[in-house]
Amino acid sequence: MGLRLPTMLKDAGLTALVAAALGIFIVGFHTVDVGSRTGLSFDYQFGDLGVALVVIFFGRLGLSLAAEGLRWPAIALGAAMIAVGASPLRLPSSFLHWFVVLGGVLLVIRAAWPSATHAISSFAKTPTGRVVDHLGNQWAGWLLLTLAVVLPFTPMADQKTMDLGVLILTYVMLGWGLNIVVGLAGLLDLGYVAFYAVGAYSYALLSTQHGLGFWAVLPLAGMMAASFGVLLGFPVLRLRGDYLAIVTLGFGEIIRLVILNWVDLTSGPAGIGSIPGPTLFGAVFAETAPTGKQTVAEMLGIPFNSNHRLIYLYYIILVLALITNLFTQRMRRLPVGRAWEALREDETACKALGINPTNTKLTAFAIGAMFAGFAGSFFAAKQRFISPESFTFIESAIILAIVVLGGMGSQVGVVLAAVLLIGLPEWFRELGNYRMLAFGLAMVMIMVFRPRGLIAHREPSIRLHPVKARGSG
Amino acid sequence: MSEAAPLIEIEHLTMRFGGLVAVDDVSFIGRPREITAIIGPNGAGKTTVFNCITGFYRPTIGRLLLRGDRQYLLERMLGHEIGQQARVARTFQNIRLFPAMTVLENLLVAQHNKLMLASGYSVFGLLGLRRYRRAEEAAVELARAWLDRIGLVDAADRPAGELPYGAQRRLEIARAMCTEPCLLCLDEPAAGLNPRESAELNQLLVSIRDRDGIGVLLIEHDMSVVMSISNHVVVLDYGRKIAEGAPAVIQRDPAVIRAYLGTDEERLDG
Amino acid sequence: MAYFSQQLINAITLGAIYGLIAIGYTMVYGIIGMINFAHGEVFMIGAFISLIGFMICSLLGIGSAPVAIVLVLLLAMAFTTVYGWAVERTAYRPLRGSFRLAPLISAIGVSIALQNYVQLVQGARPKPGGQVVSGGFTVFSADGFDVRVSWLQIIIVVVTVVLMAGFTWLIASTSLGRQQRACEQDMKMAALLGVDVDRTISLTFVVGAALAAVAGMLFLMYYGIIDFFIGFLAGIKAFTAAVLGGIGSLPGAMLGGLLIGLIEVFWAAYFSSEYKDVAAFSILVLVLIFRPTGLLGKPEIEKV
Repeated sequence: MGLRLPTMLKDAGLTALVAAALGIFIVGFHTVDVGSRTGLSFDYQFGDLGVALVVIFFGRLGLSLAAEGLRWPAIALGAAMIAVGASPLRLPSSFLHWFVVLGGVLLVIRAAWPSATHAISSFAKTPTGRVVDHLGNQWAGWLLLTLAVVLPFTPMADQKTMDLGVLILTYVMLGWGLNIVVGLAGLLDLGYVAFYAVGAYSYALLSTQHGLGFWAVLPLAGMMAASFGVLLGFPVLRLRGDYLAIVTLGFGEIIRLVILNWVDLTSGPAGIGSIPGPTLFGAVFAETAPTGKQTVAEMLGIPFNSNHRLIYLYYIILVLALITNLFTQRMRRLPVGRAWEALREDETACKALGINPTNTKLTAFAIGAMFAGFAGSFFAAKQRFISPESFTFIESAIILAIVVLGGMGSQVGVVLAAVLLIGLPEWFRELGNYRMLAFGLAMVMIMVFRPRGLIAHREPSIRLHPVKARGSG
Repeated sequence: MSEAAPLIEIEHLTMRFGGLVAVDDVSFIGRPREITAIIGPNGAGKTTVFNCITGFYRPTIGRLLLRGDRQYLLERMLGHEIGQQARVARTFQNIRLFPAMTVLENLLVAQHNKLMLASGYSVFGLLGLRRYRRAEEAAVELARAWLDRIGLVDAADRPAGELPYGAQRRLEIARAMCTEPCLLCLDEPAAGLNPRESAELNQLLVSIRDRDGIGVLLIEHDMSVVMSISNHVVVLDYGRKIAEGAPAVIQRDPAVIRAYLGTDEERLDG
Repeated sequence: MAYFSQQLINAITLGAIYGLIAIGYTMVYGIIGMINFAHGEVFMIGAFISLIGFMICSLLGIGSAPVAIVLVLLLAMAFTTVYGWAVERTAYRPLRGSFRLAPLISAIGVSIALQNYVQLVQGARPKPGGQVVSGGFTVFSADGFDVRVSWLQIIIVVVTVVLMAGFTWLIASTSLGRQQRACEQDMKMAALLGVDVDRTISLTFVVGAALAAVAGMLFLMYYGIIDFFIGFLAGIKAFTAAVLGGIGSLPGAMLGGLLIGLIEVFWAAYFSSEYKDVAAFSILVLVLIFRPTGLLGKPEIEKV
C-alpha cells in the first residue's frame, strides 16, 4: 500500500490540475455586467475554484483508494468531506457546501458499492432471492399503481404535491410513449417533443377557435400527431441510428420554429391562452358556470372546492398513462411488438426473416407520436396557456433521459426515473437551478456506469415454462 | 439422385462493386431435397453470392429464378420480400440472433408474417380475440417442435445471447426453419464447432433435407461437413465457378486442388 | 449587384467560421464513427475563454490589437483543448465497447452539462466584448450602396485558409496524420501495427477543439456578443455543413461550411430572416434523407 500511495497522489494531483485548467478561466473569471459604458468586468471566484479543486483532489484520491480495494480509508475520506460540507465552516459560496457533501456521499457509495452488490447478488442466487426477484418485477408495478391511485386521498395531498403528481404522471406518459420508439424499437428519436406540441396546439386551436371540448379533441389530437409521425417517419426511418437521431432533432426544431414564426396560425411567441379545461359530462370545474352550463359542484351536489379540478386532472392523466402502459404491454405480446424488439436487436436478421423494417419502424414511430399527442392535449388543457417555449429540444432530451435511465424497454423503470428526474428537483427547490446541469451529468454517468438503466432486466413477453415450474436452472 | 425440377436457378450472376468484380458470371442450380454446397478459398465470393440471392445486394447482372409456390425472380425483389414472399431463409456467418430476446421469442419472431395476418395486423390481437390466441399457440407448438429437434427445450426462456456458441448456431438454423421456407441458405454453419458439434450439425441438416423436404444451399469451409452430407458441390475461386459436381468428383478435380493448395496434390482431404 | 456582393462577402466570412467548427465534427466521425454532439459547446467555451482573454488583455494594458489577438488565440486554443480532451476521456472513451447509441446519448448529456455549467458560472445574460478590430474599406459602390470589406472579415478568411492549409499538410505529411488516417481506415490493424490508438483519438479531439476555439474567438470578434447558447445553433449548422460536404472528408467540411454560410446569409437577405434557422435545419434533414454521404463523401457498404 505504501508503494501505491505516491501513484494515487500523483493521479489525484493530475486530476486536480486538469480541473484547474478547465475551471481557471470559465469559473475563476466571472464576467459581470457592471452596467456602465465599459461593459463587463470581473468578479474573481478563485476562492470557489480553490475549494472545488481541493474537493476534486481528495475525491479522486478516495476513488483510487476504493478502486484498490481500500474501502475503509475511502469511506473515512468521504465521511470527512460530508462533515466539512455540513459543518458551519464558512465556504466561499453555499453551493460549495452541497458540492463537498455530494462528493463525500458519492465517494462513500462508490467505496461501499462492491460489497453491497456482492451481498445483493448472493441473496439473489438463493431460492428465496429468486422468488423475490421475480415477484418484485411483477409487484413493483402494482405497488406504484396503488400509490398513485390512492394519493389524492392521503393527507399529504396538498396542492403542491398534486401539481407535482400531475407533472410526474405527464412525464411518465411521455416516457412510456417514447419508450415504444426508443426502448422497444431502438429508434433514437430526439424530436419527440414535436408530437407533444402538435397535440397541444391541436387542442388549443380547436377548443379556442372552434369550441370543441377536450374529450372530442383528444382522439383528433392523437390522430394528428400520429399523422405527423408517419409524415416525418416515412422519409427518415431507413437512416442509421445517429443520423436518424439528428434528423429527428432537426424536425423537432423545425416544428418549433414554424410554430414560433407562423403567427397567424399560432400567435407565435405570445402563445394561446384561455384554453378551456376538460369537463365532466359537460359540467365545468369552476365556482360559477357560464350560461347554459352547470358547475360540477352543482351537478354532484357537493360544496365547491378549488382542488376538485386538480384531482380531476390528476385522474385523467393517470388513466391516459395507464392506457399507454396497457397498450404497450399488449403490443409486446403481438407480432408487431416482437418485431419492434427484434429490429432493435438486429435489423439485418429481421430483413432475412421477411419482416419489413420500414413499416415496422413507422408503426412504432406513429404510435409513439400518437401518445405524445394525447399527452400534449392534456398539457394544454391543464395549463390553459401554451407557447413555443414549452416545446424545446431540452424537453425531448429530458424525456429521453427518463427512458434511458429507466432502462430501455422497462415500464416500471420509466416511472422510477420520472420520479427521480422530475420529482427530486422539485422537492429540493434550492437545487432548482442546477437541475439541468445535473441532468446532463446524470445522462453521462448513466451511460458510463449503468448503460442498461435502473431496471436492466427484461421480462420476456412469453414463456414456454411458467416460472414456478423452474428447478434450479 | 432423382432429377427433380430445379428449386433455384442462378444464371450468369455477376456482382461488381465499382471496379471490383466480386462474382463473375456464376451459374448453378439447386434442387429440392438436396444439399448444394458452395465452397472455395477465402474471398472467392461465396457470401456475395448468398447476399445476392437473399436480397442484401442487387446483382449487377444475372437471373435468379426461384420455383417456390410460384416463380420468383429474386434479383428484382426487395430484401425482406425474399424472405416474406419467396420463402428463402438464411443464416449468417457471424451469428445474428436477437440476443436480449429469449430463445422462444426468437422462434416466434420468425413466424411474424403468419402471425401478423392471424392477428389482423394487430387488431384482433389487441381485442384479445381467440383467433389470434389460437394462431399464437400453434406458433409456439412449431417452435417447441424445433426446440426439441435441436435440444434446447429447457433453455426456451433464456435470453438467446446467453447460450453457448454451438447452441446459438443451432438456434439460428431453427429460427430460419420456423419461417417455413422452401430454400434454406446457410453461411458457414459449422464455423467454430468442434467435431462432435459438427456431427450433430450434419445430422440436423440431413434431417432438414429429408424430413422437411426443402433445398439447402450451404457455404462451408469444413470439408468433413461438405463431403459427408452434400449432394452437389459448386466451387468458386476469385469470383468464378471453377468446378461443379458430386463431392467425390470435386475432391479429385485438379483445378479445385490448385485453388486451395496452390500445388498439385493427389486429392483434397475431407 | 452591390447588395449581392456584400451578402457574398458576409457569407464567405460566416462560412469560414462554420467550416472551422465542421472540421471537428468530421474528423471525430471519421475516426470513431460518432457524432460529437458536444462539439458546439466546445466552440462556445472557446468563445468565452476568448472573451475573458480579451478582458484580461485590456486589464493588463495591452493596447495593440495584433498582440492581443495572438495572445488570446493561443490562450483560447490551449485551454479549450483541455475541454475537448477531458470530454473524450471521461464521456466517450469508456463507452467504446458499448452499444451503438451510447456515445451519442452521453454526448447529449455532455452538451447539456456544458451549456448549463457556463450558464450557472457566468450567468445567462449575453456578454459583449472582443471588439478589438474595426474598420475596413469599400470595395466598390453601386446603386448608392457601398460594398465594404472589414479588416476583421479579411482576418477571418485568412486565418481560416492558413489553418486549413496547415491542417491538410498535417494530415497528409506528418506521422501524426498518417496514424490518424490509419485509424480511420482500420483501427484494429493500426493498433496491431503499433499505432497508439487512444492517443491518436485524443489528438483528434484536441485538434478539433483547437479549431473550434479559433472559430469561437473569431465569432466573438465578428458578432461582438456571445451567450451560453450559441454552441447549440452553431453546432447544428456546422454539423449540417460537415454532412453536406461529406462527413469524414476535410475539404468537404470546408465546402459544406461555405455552402451553409451562403445559404444562411442569402436566405436571410432575400427571403426572411426569421426562418433562416429553419432553412439550416431543413437543409440538414434533406441532405440526410437524400444524400447522406454528402457532396464529397464516399458511400458506405454495410458488411452483412
